[in-house]
Amino acid sequence: MSSVPFELLQLILVVVLAPLLTGIVRKVKARLLGRRGPALVQPYRDLLRLLRKEAVLAPSASWLFRAIPYMMFTAIWLAAAIVPTYTTGLMTSRIADLIALVALLGSARFALALAGMDVGTSFGGIGSSREMMIASLAEPAMLTVTFTVALLVHSTSLPQISEFMLTQAVGIRVSLLLGLISLTMVALAENARIPIDNPATHLELTMVHEAMVLEYSGRHLALIEAASMVKLLLYLSLIAAIFLPWGMGTEQTLGWAALGLGLGSYAVKLGTGAVLLGVFETSIAKMRVFRVAEFLGGAFLLGILAAIFLYVSQGL
Amino acid sequence: MLTALGTGLGLYALASGVGLSGRRRFAAVYGLSAFAAAVIAIAAATALAEAWPAESATLPLGLPWLGAHLRIDTLSAFFLLVVNFAAALISLYGLGYDAHDAEPRRVLPFYPLFLAAMNLVLVADDAFVFLVSWELMSLASWLLVLATHRRDESRSAAFLYLLMASLGTGALIFAFGILAGDSGLYDFAAMRAAPLGAAKSAAVFALALLGAGSKAGVVPLHVWLPPAHSAAPSHVSALMSGVMTKVALYGLTRLLFDLVGPPLWWWGVAVIALGAITALLGVLHAVMQHDLKRLLAYHTVENIGIVVIGLGLALAFRADRLDALAALALVAALLHVFNHAMFKSLLFLGAGAVQAATGERDMERLGGLIRAMPRTALAFLIGSVAISALPPFNGFVSEWLTFQAIIEGSRLPQWLLKFEVPVAGAMLALAAALAAVCFVKVFGVVFLGRPRSPKAAEAQEVGTAMVAPMAGFAVVCALVGILPIAMIDLLRPVAALLIPGSGDALAGSNMLWLVPLDPGRSSYSGLAVVAAVTVLALVLVAAIHRFASARVRRAPAWDCGFPDARSETQYTAGSFAQPLRRVFGTTVFAAREHVDMPAPGETRAARFEVTLKDPVWEGLYRPIGQAVSLVADRLNVVQFLTIRRYLTMMFAALVLLLLIVAVSQ
Repeated sequence: MSSVPFELLQLILVVVLAPLLTGIVRKVKARLLGRRGPALVQPYRDLLRLLRKEAVLAPSASWLFRAIPYMMFTAIWLAAAIVPTYTTGLMTSRIADLIALVALLGSARFALALAGMDVGTSFGGIGSSREMMIASLAEPAMLTVTFTVALLVHSTSLPQISEFMLTQAVGIRVSLLLGLISLTMVALAENARIPIDNPATHLELTMVHEAMVLEYSGRHLALIEAASMVKLLLYLSLIAAIFLPWGMGTEQTLGWAALGLGLGSYAVKLGTGAVLLGVFETSIAKMRVFRVAEFLGGAFLLGILAAIFLYVSQGL
Repeated sequence: MLTALGTGLGLYALASGVGLSGRRRFAAVYGLSAFAAAVIAIAAATALAEAWPAESATLPLGLPWLGAHLRIDTLSAFFLLVVNFAAALISLYGLGYDAHDAEPRRVLPFYPLFLAAMNLVLVADDAFVFLVSWELMSLASWLLVLATHRRDESRSAAFLYLLMASLGTGALIFAFGILAGDSGLYDFAAMRAAPLGAAKSAAVFALALLGAGSKAGVVPLHVWLPPAHSAAPSHVSALMSGVMTKVALYGLTRLLFDLVGPPLWWWGVAVIALGAITALLGVLHAVMQHDLKRLLAYHTVENIGIVVIGLGLALAFRADRLDALAALALVAALLHVFNHAMFKSLLFLGAGAVQAATGERDMERLGGLIRAMPRTALAFLIGSVAISALPPFNGFVSEWLTFQAIIEGSRLPQWLLKFEVPVAGAMLALAAALAAVCFVKVFGVVFLGRPRSPKAAEAQEVGTAMVAPMAGFAVVCALVGILPIAMIDLLRPVAALLIPGSGDALAGSNMLWLVPLDPGRSSYSGLAVVAAVTVLALVLVAAIHRFASARVRRAPAWDCGFPDARSETQYTAGSFAQPLRRVFGTTVFAAREHVDMPAPGETRAARFEVTLKDPVWEGLYRPIGQAVSLVADRLNVVQFLTIRRYLTMMFAALVLLLLIVAVSQ
C-alpha cells in the first residue's frame, strides 16, 4: 500500500489539530477559573480573522520582517511532521532525527528573535533577548534528554525510538523518568507557558514571547500564532512518541485498521496532555524572569544526570 | 602536487617581493596571492579526491648535511586545501579592502609571506623546517597585527601575542627534542619509527598541547587571541582566525595522532576537558563582548574548543581500540575545521565590510545596515546561521557528527570518561545554544533596527570585489550543509591515514544521507531537509496568497502606543546581553552593574557601568606577571655588581654544572 496518503495526512493533521489543542487548553483553564470560556473553535476563528486583515508594517521594517513568519512556520511545520503521531512508518519522520529536530526549532526561534529586533523598538528587543536567554538553557536541556534516549535505543531517529519503546521491555528506568521531567520543563518553557511566560498576559513588561511579536499584524501575526499552536502540539506529540508510544502503528501495519487505533490513541494522548497542561497552569504562579534560569538550569542538570546514569550503567 | 606547491610558494615569494618594492601595488600582491592559493587548493583537492600517494622531497637547504624534508600526505593535503581555499577568497577581498587601509605598505610585503609560511608548516617533514616555518608564520602575523600600530591597544595586543607565540614555539622545540631522542634525528619518519616510553610520550603530549594549543587559542592559553586577531586589518583577521588557528590544529593533530605513537586513554580525558571548557568560556566571553571583531575572535576560541572535543574523543576511542568510532570523531573534528574556516572568514570579511562602510567596530554605534548594505547583510546572515550550528548550513553538520560521537562515548570502558563525555556533550550543547544567542545579538544590533550613529545612517554598500568573496564563502557554507558527502569523501583518506584499521569512515553515507555508523540507525539528510522546507514553504506561500488578505500598509511602529523616533530607545547589544550577564556573568566573570544616578535637581546625565573580570587573566596571568616583576626587581641588584663578584658567580656556575655532569654520569 502506498504511504503517500498517510504522509499527507500527517502533514495536514499537525496543522489542523493544533488550534483545537490550544482551544482545549484555554477551555480547561477557563472552567477551572469558574468562567465558561470561549468555544473550542475560537482559535480557528481568531486565525481566520487575522488572515482577513491587512498587514501593518513599520517604516523601519526590512524584508526579513516580512519573510520570517513564513520561514518560522515552515520550520515548525516540518519539525511537527517529523514527530511520529499515529504511526512510526512514515517517510516524513525519517527526514531528520531528534538532534536535527531540536536544531530546526532552533532555526525557527533564531528567525523570530531576529524579527523582534528588526523594527528597532524596545519591546521587541526585550522579548528577543529574554526568549534567547530562555532558549539558551532549554535547548541544551533538550539535547541532554536526547542523549539519554539515544543511548538506550542506540539511535537518534524518532521512529526507531518509538518502536524501541513499544517493542522492548524497557521497564521503569530512573534515567527515563528524569528525562521525562526535564523534557516537560523544557516544553513549558519553549511554549511560553506559565510559570515561564504567560501567553494571555496584558502587561507588556512581563511578556517574553508576546513582546517579541508585538509589531506583527494581519497574516504575519496569524502565521506566528499558528506556529506557536503547532509547536505546542509538537511538544505534546514528542513526549507521547518517546515516553508513551502505545497505540501507534508501525511501517508493517500501515493501513486503515491501524490508522483508526493510531489516531484514536493519539487523540486521547493529546486531550490528556491538554487537560493536564490546563490544570498545571492554573495551579501555579508565574515566575520572575530571572528565576527562569534556575528552573531551566534544573531541567538541564536533570538531563545531564539522566545521561550520566545511562553512560555509566551501559558499561556494566 | 609538489609542483603545484612549488609554483604556489614561488608566486607568494614574488608577491612578497612586489609588496616590498615600495609602491602601492595592491592588485599585483593580492592577485598573485589569490592565484597561488587557488593553484595549491585545486591541487590539494585533486590529490585528496583521487587518493594520490604521499609525495616527499628533500631540498639542500637548512641545516648542513640534513637538508629540508618536505612531504605531502593526505593530512597535509586536507589542511592545504582548507588554508589555500580560504586564502584565495580572502586575497580577492583584499583587492577591494586595501583601498580603505591607511598604511598598506605595512601589510603588503608580509601578507604573502604569512600565507607561504602557513603552507610550509603544513608540508614540513622534519622538525627544523616545521619550527622555522612555524616561527615565520608567527612573526609574519605579528607584523600584520602591528599594521595598525598607531593604536595603543594594537601595540599591547602585539606584545602579548609575541610573548605567547614564543612560549608556544618554546614548548614545541622541547616536544620535538624529546621526539628526536638520543639519536637526534630531526625528520618525522625517524620520529614515527622510534618508540617512546610512557613518560616521554606523556611529556610530548603535554608540550604539544601547550605549544599548538597556545597558537590555536585553547583555554587558558587563549588570552592573546581576541586582542591580536581583532587588531589586524579585517582580511588579515580573517586569515588569522579562520586559517592560522587551523594550522595550529594541524600541528596538534600531526603530533598527537601521527608522531608520538599510540595514545593513552587519559590524553582523551585531558583533551576533551580542555575542549569543553574552551568552547563554553569562549562563547560566554563573546556574549559579553560588544566590539564586533573581538566578539568574532572569541567565537574562534569557542569553535576551536568544539574541534578539540572531537580530537579528544578520537584520542580516547583510539586508545581503547574503538577505531571506527575514533574515525567518526576525527572526521567530525576535521569537518568542523573546514566549516569554521569558511564561516569565520565570511564573518570577519563581513565585519571588515561594515568597518569600511561606517568606520565603526563598536556594535553600540551601528544598526539598520540591512537597508544600506543588503548584500553584505545576506552573506553575514548566512555566516551567522552557520556558526550557530543551525540547519541547513555546514556548522550544523559537523556539530551533529560530534554529537553522534559523544552518544557513542558510552562504549568507552573507563569510568572517568563515562562521566566526562556526557558532561562535555552538555557543555557543547550549551555552547551551541549560546552561540545562537550571540549571533541574534550581532545580526539584530548591527544589521537590523535603526541606525545608532550618523555614520551608520550614511553607510553605503561596499564594492563587488568585497561582496563576491563573501558570497563565495556563503555558497560553500550552504553547499557543505546540503551535500556534506562532498567533504566526507575528501576526509576519508585522512581518517584512514591517522587511524589505520578504522576501515572506511562513515561508510554508509551517500549523496542523500549522512550515516555516522550503521545505515539502520541515526542519519541526517541536509538535502531532504532543504527539499522538504522548500516544498512546504511554497505550499504555505501559495495558500496564504490565495486565502489571506494581501494588503500592506506602512504606518509608524506600534511599540505599545509610545513609539519614540530617537534611535537611543532601541535595545542595544549591552541590554540584549543583560539576562545572560545576570545568569552566567555574575559567577564566571564577577560581573557587577553600577548605576550612578544624579540627585534630584542635578542636570548631569546618569551613568550605568558594567565591570567584568576575565577569570583566566585574573587567576593565572596576573599572578604570573606579578611574580615575574617581583623576581625581576629582586634580581635587579645583579646588574650592578663589581667585576670580582661577576667572576665569582661565573666560577660558581661552572663548578655547579661540572658537579651535575659528574653526578649524572
